[in-house]
Amino acid sequence: MQTALLIEQILNGLQFGVMLFLMAAGLTLIFGVMGLINLAHGSLYMVGAFACAAVAAATGSFWLGLVASLAAAAAAGALIEVTVIRRLYERDHLDQVLATFALILVFSEATRWMFGSIPLYLNIPPLLSGTVPLPGGSAYPLYRVAIIGVGIAVAIGLHLLITRTRLGMRIRAGESDREMIGALGVDIRTLYTVVFALGAALAGLAGAMVGALQSVQVGMGEPVLILAFVVIVIGGIGSIHGALVGALLVGLIDTLGRFLLPAALAAFMGPSAAAGIGASLASILIYVFMALVLAIRPRGLFATAG
Amino acid sequence: MSRETLVSLVIVLALLAIPLWATAAGETFYITLATRMAILALAAVGLNIALGLGGLVSFGHAAFFGIGGYAAGILASHAFNMEPLPFGLPGTNAMPVIWAVAIMASGIVALAIGAISLRTAGVYFIMITLAFAQMIFYFAISWPAYGGEDGLSIFVRNRFPGLNTLNGLTFFFISFGLLLAGLALFAALRDSRFGAALQAARQNERRLATVGIAPYRIRLAAFVVSAMVTGVAGALFADLNRFVSPSMLSWHMSGELIVLIILGGVGRLAGPVAGAMLYVAFEYFLGGITERWQFFLGLVLLAVVLFARGGVVGLLAGKARHG
Repeated sequence: MQTALLIEQILNGLQFGVMLFLMAAGLTLIFGVMGLINLAHGSLYMVGAFACAAVAAATGSFWLGLVASLAAAAAAGALIEVTVIRRLYERDHLDQVLATFALILVFSEATRWMFGSIPLYLNIPPLLSGTVPLPGGSAYPLYRVAIIGVGIAVAIGLHLLITRTRLGMRIRAGESDREMIGALGVDIRTLYTVVFALGAALAGLAGAMVGALQSVQVGMGEPVLILAFVVIVIGGIGSIHGALVGALLVGLIDTLGRFLLPAALAAFMGPSAAAGIGASLASILIYVFMALVLAIRPRGLFATAG
Repeated sequence: MSRETLVSLVIVLALLAIPLWATAAGETFYITLATRMAILALAAVGLNIALGLGGLVSFGHAAFFGIGGYAAGILASHAFNMEPLPFGLPGTNAMPVIWAVAIMASGIVALAIGAISLRTAGVYFIMITLAFAQMIFYFAISWPAYGGEDGLSIFVRNRFPGLNTLNGLTFFFISFGLLLAGLALFAALRDSRFGAALQAARQNERRLATVGIAPYRIRLAAFVVSAMVTGVAGALFADLNRFVSPSMLSWHMSGELIVLIILGGVGRLAGPVAGAMLYVAFEYFLGGITERWQFFLGLVLLAVVLFARGGVVGLLAGKARHG
């Protein structure tokens, strides 16, 4: 029984990590190529979730909702890139922080305006509503397994995109020397818009998939955004591989910490005190881990040059 | 008198004029509004030491604001319930003691956070300070002893020897006095040898190292002092609202403090004061017209960042001298 529970928690950790990867990949790509810190990435996650919930409610199809979430988040990303973000590439980080903070306020209030303050609910599609048997006799939701699968597919897809395609070549070139690739005749403005929209679409996908597990509400993107920051700081800003490793580590440490710490503390103290202190410690565990990583490697595990 | 000194003086006097006018007109609510401006300004003056002078974009100053607030709340609740703190120390409702505790607590936490965060720079520093503040935020939410997510009420406003702090105007003058002290500290730091080194670390780190000054320790000292000032403001803020909750520690609060500085003018003496006055006025008047005031705040902020760099002080007093 205990083993089955542990396997279940490890799978939960993987699912959480994969979801963080979808967020962190976009953030780290945008930072790596454009040198931009984008706080509004969480808003794009929210846009994806709301688009999915609204379209799924209107059409009855989760799959159409998923398509809508990708389209809406990519469109919103492209829109803010063209109107606001584009003006920030040459600015310092302080201006970028403030402008994207302002974008969060605008997105959150606009969403509240359109959908109200009551959370929306998104059902898991019937195709994925079953369970998968686990060794030890328990069962695990198929939907969460599907999320892990999507995350792995996206990771492989991104890897192929960046190492094997022309767009990926331009992205890598943009990371190492943006003036040179402009001089070589690549339309760098369009490239930036495409990269930003790609990152936004990944965030929207994450939002839509998580929307079916939790409620869809204003402000849902911000806790995830901050965790995604922790992920890319641990992984090394600008590195997709670092984002993947960091996301899985954070997902597993957070989930297993919440599961194991209260149990471990119960060996030393009463069960209720152990549950309280264990929960408090578990909630800060990933930040302690981040501090440890930084104390040893200040630029993250997979630091990129420069 | 330079133009900037004049502008600073006018801004500070304008803040002072609000409660005096409000008292004369019998509109006591505006006294509370002015007190809120003074306290937020003090918090931002603290951040301005790190951000304006040192160029350290801390996105985690809400941590120190909240720690100051919890220092006030925890000490007051122990005094109210007559329960001793750990090690048998008594609680207290004397503001000077509370401020001292708020300063020490936020300073110690800033020393730990700064020691790790300042090993990095730029965008890493922004994200790491944010993450550490978030860690403290989640800790406050999940730690049940002092109200957890629900926060902690301060039933009677804390006392200051010889003054009646329950009087709104008196409490304004206490806050305003601390704000002036904060501004004096900022000006003294800026014009000192330490301040010169700190600003040099912002402008050209390598050159500073070449003349034999290690930037790390200068920055760490500035970060700690900056946190201490913000911590005192947090204690006052708790007393103003008679309530502390994890929302004082939230990343939204950190963002607000940065917003105050940008609105007013980064690194300028009176920038945080102008920014806080503008922000609170905006929040109050626009909040009175529409529930969706944050939407318009966002648009205004975007416009300020994209088109009106330098903030209020930059607009009135011209560009900063490069000292």
